[in-house]
Amino acid sequence: MGAVFALVTVLAFVMVVYLGVGVAGLKGLFGIVVPYAAFLVFLLGMVYRMIDWAKIPVPFRIVTTCGQQKSLRWIKRSRLESPYNNFEVVLRMILEVFAFRSLFRNLKAELKGPNLIYGSYKWLWLGAIAFHYAFFTILLRHLRFFTYPVPEPIQILDQVDSFFHIGLPHLYMTDVVILAALTFLFLRRLADPKLRYISLASDYLPLFMIYGLVISGILMRHFFKVDVTQVKEFTMGLVHFKPKAPDVGVIFYIHLFFISALMAYFPFSKLVHMVGVFFSPTRNLANNSRAVRHEPAPWWKKPKFKTYCEWQEDFKEQLIESGQPIDEDCYKKK
Amino acid sequence: MAKLPKPDELIKSIDWTPPEKDWMDDVPPEIKPGRFCYPAKKNILEEIGFPNPRDWSPLDEDWKLPSNFREIIIEGMKDRLSKYRSFKLFMDICVRCGACADKCHYFLGSGDPKNMPVLRAELLRSIYKGELTWQGKLFGKLAGARKLTEDVIKEWFYYYYQCSECRRCSVFCPYGIDTCEVTMMGRELLHLLGCNINWILEPVRNCFKIGNHIGIPPHTIKEIIEYLCWDIEEVTGLKIEVPFNKKGAEILFVTPSGDYFAEPGIYTMMGYIILFNYLDLDWTMSTYASEGGNFGLFTSHEAMAKINAKIYHEAERLGVRFIIGGECGHMWRVKHQYMDTATGPAPKNLETPKSPITGTVFEHAKSTKMIHVCEFTADLIAHGKLELDPSRNDKYIVTFHDSCNPSRGMGFFEEPRYILRHVCNNFYDMPENTIREKTFCCGSGSGLNTDEFMEMRMRGGFPRANAVQYVRDKHGVNMLACICAIDRAALPALMNYWAPEVQVCGVHELVANALVLPHEKTGERPRTLDMRQEPLKPEEEENA
Repeated sequence: MGAVFALVTVLAFVMVVYLGVGVAGLKGLFGIVVPYAAFLVFLLGMVYRMIDWAKIPVPFRIVTTCGQQKSLRWIKRSRLESPYNNFEVVLRMILEVFAFRSLFRNLKAELKGPNLIYGSYKWLWLGAIAFHYAFFTILLRHLRFFTYPVPEPIQILDQVDSFFHIGLPHLYMTDVVILAALTFLFLRRLADPKLRYISLASDYLPLFMIYGLVISGILMRHFFKVDVTQVKEFTMGLVHFKPKAPDVGVIFYIHLFFISALMAYFPFSKLVHMVGVFFSPTRNLANNSRAVRHEPAPWWKKPKFKTYCEWQEDFKEQLIESGQPIDEDCYKKK
Repeated sequence: MAKLPKPDELIKSIDWTPPEKDWMDDVPPEIKPGRFCYPAKKNILEEIGFPNPRDWSPLDEDWKLPSNFREIIIEGMKDRLSKYRSFKLFMDICVRCGACADKCHYFLGSGDPKNMPVLRAELLRSIYKGELTWQGKLFGKLAGARKLTEDVIKEWFYYYYQCSECRRCSVFCPYGIDTCEVTMMGRELLHLLGCNINWILEPVRNCFKIGNHIGIPPHTIKEIIEYLCWDIEEVTGLKIEVPFNKKGAEILFVTPSGDYFAEPGIYTMMGYIILFNYLDLDWTMSTYASEGGNFGLFTSHEAMAKINAKIYHEAERLGVRFIIGGECGHMWRVKHQYMDTATGPAPKNLETPKSPITGTVFEHAKSTKMIHVCEFTADLIAHGKLELDPSRNDKYIVTFHDSCNPSRGMGFFEEPRYILRHVCNNFYDMPENTIREKTFCCGSGSGLNTDEFMEMRMRGGFPRANAVQYVRDKHGVNMLACICAIDRAALPALMNYWAPEVQVCGVHELVANALVLPHEKTGERPRTLDMRQEPLKPEEEENA
């Protein structure tokens, strides 16, 4: 159901742009107003989310340790999986953010007769890595539309990405990779009954929006062959706040709408995991809570408990009978 | 009490395929006997001042919730969302990638889809979205949002007491989302309505009022320990007196009450006593701070702090230099991650722990001034301060169960293994995906080790037991060592069900077996019995 809803939504996006630009000719709205507004929502939304999280205290050091702690000198500790200081935390976070360390641990449980078997299962990691890196590279590549002159690293990236010289214009490898990764990430949600059970419409929607974004991009480059010069004039206009909607095919406006929709959707959806991961207290704290005192949160109150002297009063007889010392200090203080 | 299926029937009943029906519509859950714990008794809640004390059963149609339960929960959620970043963040960033789905032992053993960590969190997340976010209010089910109803409360109670807060899922989550945090919040919210379990709250009450979970008064503690000392005399010929509430002692020793209450924990207790006596330590136990464990952790952060605070209070009164803590899982999560912040700073008389025997300074505990007894012992062994005869444990082929909390809340893997390799000759680890940070829960953690929960305990313990079966079949393992009092209480039942040949022990029981006492060296009185007063070498007995 969720998948159908997401698909219908994405098709509706296409229809809206087709009607808006192709029929009603609202190029200014879809080319200028919507992208600017979406970008603004994205920026403000993300800043809001980050401030919102940052304001909330982290009352306790709830590190998830995935390796040996620092204790005795001759016991080899794991700096990356159980960081003891902030430098090691940074290393752990780098691995987590850039290499998806935890996902790399993934196992798949199988029940074979009476035995539980845990096989290595790196497909999810591979799919996720492929998707995120392809997307990131594609975004970087797009900087050629927003810079003049185009910085050399971006040009090199472009050449490397189209290294195989398939077709004209050359096919980007990242386009192929992201389509394959998206397809994998989508199909696994459908194919695995457990995943189908937990998946919501809001899990399919971003997948389909990115599908729309990628497919419209590919169509524009290889099939509809949109006039790149006009597009570049338009994007440079956006950068310099002198935008002029380009006179190109609707497919370009569809592409633009998908990226706008994605940006606006980002801060209010699960996509905030992109920045959220940096805030995760099980990963971004050092496992040194016995060595370094961490001050309690401002709201924390020291507990009230039954003191020794109060307890001694309750059990005085038993203490005396069983020959346990009575603390006379309890009476002195009074 | 519910009838427990036979092991093979239980395995056959495991099906990981979820039902067709949407999970949100599948409320209230069918509350099955053997899968829930009895509610906290009315008088217990009254005594500790918790809301809505009443007589009720989860099997009742009417749970007698306060009429304004919706407001209570929503206010309680708002309050906690503003206090715990973990809670807010974990509600916000899950992408439902499903990496955690088959990591939960309760899911693996029951197949109940709401035991998948992602869905367990979603039970709360859906209410957070539906009641507190505009996205959820606007898009409802499409955004994974729903409204709070009495049925949802029933669902929460059922599933937040089917989570042992073991944090295995958190190891695999790409964002480190920790279901333990979610369950803690779920349970805190349920307390506001008086939906909680007696197996946790009665020990909490006992701890508050008497000093330990089991509610043993001070004179009885002394008696029990004296009994254990008689047993020690039986085994070793040594007459030992355990110091209680001794002012000016160097070390305060704190251990879970399970260690002096029941088998096989008592053998571990005997182990500590023999070791400390061998070293001639200046130590004391306290009959006031007589609980190392902390069922408050399974209740609320406040209850946890209230129980833990006694330890520093007592350390200050007695004027000790540092604290040694016994073998216990959740106790060490508290001591390692919460103690200092929640109840510290440590009293001024405490110093950075320094072994009086080896001179090792335990720098990693320089703030809390509290070390794990396995750290203490491993250091002794490394410095050659213990004369050990590992062959005394030769009748045991040992494997080690990493307890959840020391593993994932502390990174405590090598210290106990180092000891085991020195005190016994036959030690084999279980398969690597079932130990260390990937270790499986005993199935009874976080205060769920009660008899009425037995079916779920056997289901949840299945992955652990299955790994034990593996080393039993491969290496002939017959002893499961662990460093957790709940394990020592729960694993014997689990082994009895899944792998009856395997016994359970604490690490220091094996230490005491292997420890060669001075008078034994001279041949004055060779050791023939182990801590359980069984012959050390059964085959020789038979041959003789």
